[in-house]
Amino acid sequence: MAEPRAPQSLTARVLLAVLLILMLGGLLVAGSTWWNGRLAARQSYDRLLLGAASDIAESIRIQAGQPLVDLPVSAFQLLAQAPDDRIFYQVRDATGRFITGLDETTAIDAPRGADSAYFEAALNGEPARFVRVTRRFAERDYSGQIVVLVGQTLHARRAMTRTLMADALLPMAIAGLALVLMSGFVVRSALRPLEALSRNLMQRDPYDLTPMRTDRLPRELQGTIAAMNRFMARLDRQVDAMRNLISDTAHQLRTPVAAIRVQAETALDDRETRARSLERLLARTRSLGTLLDQLLSRAMVIHRTDSAPRLPVDLREVALEIVERRDHEVLAPGVEVRLKIGDLPVMVTADPFSLQEAARNLLGNALRHGQAPVSIGAERRGDRAVLWVRDGGPGPDKAVAERLGSRFNRDASSAEGNVGLGLSIVHSVAAAFGGHVEMTRHNDGFEAALILPASPTEGPE
Amino acid sequence: MTRLLTLLLAAVLLFPVSARAQEAVAEFGTGATRLNVRSTTDIGIVRPVIDRFIDLNPDLSIRYEQWGSNALFANSRAACAGDGPVADVVLSSAVQQMVWLVNAACAHRYRSALTAALPGPRIWRDELWGITAEPAVIVYNKRLLDSAQVPRSRFALLDAMRNRPDMLRNRIATYDIAESGLGYLFAFSDSLEATTFGAMLEGFARVDAIATCCSAEIIQGVARGRFLIAYNVLGSYVATARAPEIGVILPEDYTLILSRAFMIPRGARHSAGAERFLDYLLSPEARPTLIQSGLVTVLDPLETGLLPSARRAISLSPALLVALDKHRRQGLFALWDDAFRPVGGP
Repeated sequence: MAEPRAPQSLTARVLLAVLLILMLGGLLVAGSTWWNGRLAARQSYDRLLLGAASDIAESIRIQAGQPLVDLPVSAFQLLAQAPDDRIFYQVRDATGRFITGLDETTAIDAPRGADSAYFEAALNGEPARFVRVTRRFAERDYSGQIVVLVGQTLHARRAMTRTLMADALLPMAIAGLALVLMSGFVVRSALRPLEALSRNLMQRDPYDLTPMRTDRLPRELQGTIAAMNRFMARLDRQVDAMRNLISDTAHQLRTPVAAIRVQAETALDDRETRARSLERLLARTRSLGTLLDQLLSRAMVIHRTDSAPRLPVDLREVALEIVERRDHEVLAPGVEVRLKIGDLPVMVTADPFSLQEAARNLLGNALRHGQAPVSIGAERRGDRAVLWVRDGGPGPDKAVAERLGSRFNRDASSAEGNVGLGLSIVHSVAAAFGGHVEMTRHNDGFEAALILPASPTEGPE
Repeated sequence: MTRLLTLLLAAVLLFPVSARAQEAVAEFGTGATRLNVRSTTDIGIVRPVIDRFIDLNPDLSIRYEQWGSNALFANSRAACAGDGPVADVVLSSAVQQMVWLVNAACAHRYRSALTAALPGPRIWRDELWGITAEPAVIVYNKRLLDSAQVPRSRFALLDAMRNRPDMLRNRIATYDIAESGLGYLFAFSDSLEATTFGAMLEGFARVDAIATCCSAEIIQGVARGRFLIAYNVLGSYVATARAPEIGVILPEDYTLILSRAFMIPRGARHSAGAERFLDYLLSPEARPTLIQSGLVTVLDPLETGLLPSARRAISLSPALLVALDKHRRQGLFALWDDAFRPVGGP
């Protein structure tokens, strides 16, 4: 039982069950047919037996005060309807005196307490059935009853039972066979899509993560395949993200690292400008640190969008926390950041950490590239929840603005900072939670906003 | 034990001839396996058949015992009850007794292609087989009886007995049914077959017919002119007697056809050899020999003028048990004794 076995085929399992059911049914039917056949055979041959016994009883007459049996041949011809059966007959009077019979010495042991005229007993060591018929006489010279006992072995009964059974069972056996064949066919055809699916999966390139077709599959399999497709899509995205991250990281790091090397060489070569070079080196290194932070944050964001659970988040709290963390004081000392939030919660369903990262990058861009006054806020615009950052500047050039959001967006003017990577994080977050990024120019400045679908208002209200 | 004694007592009382045992014994062949065959058939008749069988089966030899039918019945019954040696083959013309033995579970079962090919009336339970086909005939003395006077049916015989009782007085013979199981069987079959039986007995009584034993004796009597007519004689004995004076009639109203019954007793020591003997007797090869011996009579309607509907085969069936019923026998014997009062005359 416990030892491992080769996996059983679903077809075989279903067919085995069908076969077992059919066999059980067949056994029950065979049993009942046998019973009925036996009953029918017993009834018909019991009638013959009774007819013969009655014939014999009828032929008894009283002659000179003695019962005389004029044994009728017809009785034996009746019994000969069972041509291969042995016969027994015996006529006795009430006192058990033998009048006539086949053999005086053969005694039949009738079962005790058998009320019925029929009983079964052994005849010369062979099972046989007997009938007892009593005839009463009330003559002048003879009075009393005479018992006729007639018996017959059971060959013909058994043969008839067998014939009846065979006649009934043969068509059923054929029908059963047809049922087995048909169920085999049905089961195979029902399981064919599963086989096709299994074959398809086996033949699939392990790197092929495109979704499988579900339109021709039965409903029972649609769910499985849909789940599998979802899983593969996520895998696909993660693999993509990983690949992008690596290539981004290499790309982003190449220029700063090259610059640092140049600065270091310069500082080494030129003693006069060493102090200045070291200062630049420091600035570069700091910038590189920021870049690494951003890369890490982006990687985190991309990872989390697929794996972290989505929770209800209030965008006001995100804005508030950004301001309260006071990162901007390091980034742009002296610049004041205003927080503009209302009374109503601005609820979205998202990952809080990713939203924090997006907000931080939006604010960082505004502080680096914009002009005072810089403000951050959250509000509901219709069915959209908006987290925005505004500054008093004109915003990026049109050409830059168009390219914003793509991953490699660095130009000379932003050598110190990194607007491109920051925005790309915002974009990723927006895409992950079904939103987008909007940049608009107002009369009094520039607004960059992360726009997400608002969840139905709930929570503290 | 008491049962056995009762049986013996009954056998002795019912069949007083049983003490006589076998009438003749013959040995055939020198094979190692010796079949003990007990039969009612005369050795002289059956000899060529057995000779041929032994020729074909040199490993077998046969001790052939010729018995009277009632004695053979008593012997087989006793052997079946465990008293006395069991024969390997019992072959009897008194088929009712054989049916009784089979019904009493005294027989060995056997089935082969040849036995299975037997027609229904000649096989019972695969334990009893009809080997021969012998008609019960009327024989007459050709010299003493011209062809116009020959009775061709029972009706003609009845008329003859009524019209010329003087001529036939004391000169009609038939089997004594008390002595011969075969005679009893024929009488019983006649009593079932037609109402002529009563009239026949009456006629026999009128002409003081003779009831006597043994086919050979009757046929010789006819041949010598002691009897003019013999009724219900087994045709095979006539055929082998080869007496030119004897004419044979197959009664046209009906002719009884007897098939001697072959049984292998249960507990036979050489049942395999007995089975071979049975298969030989039923085989096409034995048929010419059987026909020559008169044991099988081919009843060609063209030759004999006997209509197929007039053939009455005595079939091996439990209905023959009626013949052995005590009351039935008593009734038949009573009628018989009325007809054949103590035999007079030489």
